[in-house]
Amino acid sequence: MKVIFQLILKRIGLSLITLLIVSTVVFFIANLLPGDAAQEMLGQSATPEAVAALRDAYGLNDPPLTRYAKWLGGLVTGDAGTSLANSRPVSELISSRLSQSLLLAGLTAVIAVPFAMVLGIVAAMHSGRRIDKIMNIATLSMVAVPEFLLATIFVLVFAVELNWLPSLSYIPSDAGLYDYFRAFALPVATLCIVLSAQMARMTRAAVLEQLSQPYVEMALLKGSPLSRAVLRHALPNAVGPIVNAVALSLSYLLGGVVIVEVIFNYPGVASLMVDAVTNRDMPLLQACAMLFCTGYLILVLIADLAAILANPKLRTGG
Amino acid sequence: MMSVFKSMPVSGKLGSALVAFWLFIALFGPWLAPHTASEIVAYDVFEPIGGEYVLGTDYIGRDVFSRILDGTRFTIFIPLLAAALACSVGTLIALYSAVSHPRTDEIIARFMDALISIPSKIFSLVMIAAFGSSVPILLTITAISYMPGSFRIARALAVNVASMDFVTVARTRGESRLYLAVKEILPNILHPMLADFGLRFVFVVLLLSSLSFLGLGVQPPEADLGSLVRENISGLAEGAPAVIVPAIAIATITIAVNLVIDSVRGGATYAAKGK
Repeated sequence: MKVIFQLILKRIGLSLITLLIVSTVVFFIANLLPGDAAQEMLGQSATPEAVAALRDAYGLNDPPLTRYAKWLGGLVTGDAGTSLANSRPVSELISSRLSQSLLLAGLTAVIAVPFAMVLGIVAAMHSGRRIDKIMNIATLSMVAVPEFLLATIFVLVFAVELNWLPSLSYIPSDAGLYDYFRAFALPVATLCIVLSAQMARMTRAAVLEQLSQPYVEMALLKGSPLSRAVLRHALPNAVGPIVNAVALSLSYLLGGVVIVEVIFNYPGVASLMVDAVTNRDMPLLQACAMLFCTGYLILVLIADLAAILANPKLRTGG
Repeated sequence: MMSVFKSMPVSGKLGSALVAFWLFIALFGPWLAPHTASEIVAYDVFEPIGGEYVLGTDYIGRDVFSRILDGTRFTIFIPLLAAALACSVGTLIALYSAVSHPRTDEIIARFMDALISIPSKIFSLVMIAAFGSSVPILLTITAISYMPGSFRIARALAVNVASMDFVTVARTRGESRLYLAVKEILPNILHPMLADFGLRFVFVVLLLSSLSFLGLGVQPPEADLGSLVRENISGLAEGAPAVIVPAIAIATITIAVNLVIDSVRGGATYAAKGK
């Protein structure tokens, strides 16, 4: 038991180091071009004195390492600086959007995870047969489809032709359950399709790996039906690999929401980040980027921890 | 080459045909186009399919068919170059890493792991905000985004090969590290890296199209297929082909490449089973 705690602590430590490297990469890319920010905020007609004063006020004259340390210290204490575009605190801008993005991602996960697991397990049980081949082609195609194609087709069919759902995701202030359903149906469906395809493929691989083990063959030989061999014998052993696959697939959402939020005009962090790119609002952009990278690292960490906990060899340290 | 094609399942053959088709369009599209891409040919915007213009007209009355023929080269060639760069640089660093001192190997691997932890869309957004989005910069950004992934796969393969007897023999024989990397390891990881190249290509096509769709990719007057979807998005309410056709075009490119890779890999595993 002690070994496993050490292993987990070590793994968490590695994630923190990775996060630190990521923060340096993000900061130095965003600040490679020096001096732009102050000039841009004040416009071409600004006097050199005004630009210099502003540079001073924002600490842009400090050496890069000092600025990096200040920025990182701020991030850790929850102060991510001030937005250049509208002078509001970055943390305030993000926090008002974060719950929206999490809601979108959470709803997608709640629908996509069970769906993809059933697909993956069914495909693995029938591996090599027609249903598996059809699902292979279908999922292979769906992971290659750009999100904006799915989104535009959905809008065309359900909003324009059938006129069932709105093409923009707008939630009125006195929204009932039905309003929420209408607002979320299309964005969630778009994300679900690509995510489930990916997750189903990984789940299939994880289950198939177990099915090729001798103990499953043994169960089949002693006469247990395939469904029992899969559900009672293989599945408990595949839980670790499946959780691993699910966590890794969920990281797709971090990129997927960018397109979906913009298309459906959904007020989340990703659309905030795209606006930050357009406005070259670096403090906001850096904070959003760190948020997404942290989310990714947490998912990878969960995936690895699942693999550690599921592997008896690693668990006993032997 | 022909025998590979013949042994493919139907899906693989269909995929190969589509890939050949799109390569042809990318190479010769601008010469095949009935109009130049920027020419305004009609007063009517968002005309439907099958009128005077094969695929209708766009939001200011340009010929959609010609614009697709012209835009395909960006959607094919930028990702092709970027994937080639990502794969070759990734493989080279992996080879260096595999024959280096374990500590060097560890440092390189750790740094690459950190780069992988920046989702490619997020990395691209930060880079574009800093450097703008000209074609050379888009090429660089997409190549850097997918290089660490290539490195990780190449390194896993290279470390496996490096632990094999014939490499140990060569090392004992006193061969240089360069010789080990290039003559002993590289030939044995080349084949799987080609499949990886195909996958990277699909990733870059999707990333580049998404960036262009956000208005942050290929900039006007140039337009790739993703830009075509963006600029005509207002025609969606009319079901204009100017929005849907370029989007479907991108999907057929990426699906086709995926089908080819899948059938080549499927063939390889069947062969391994001794079929």
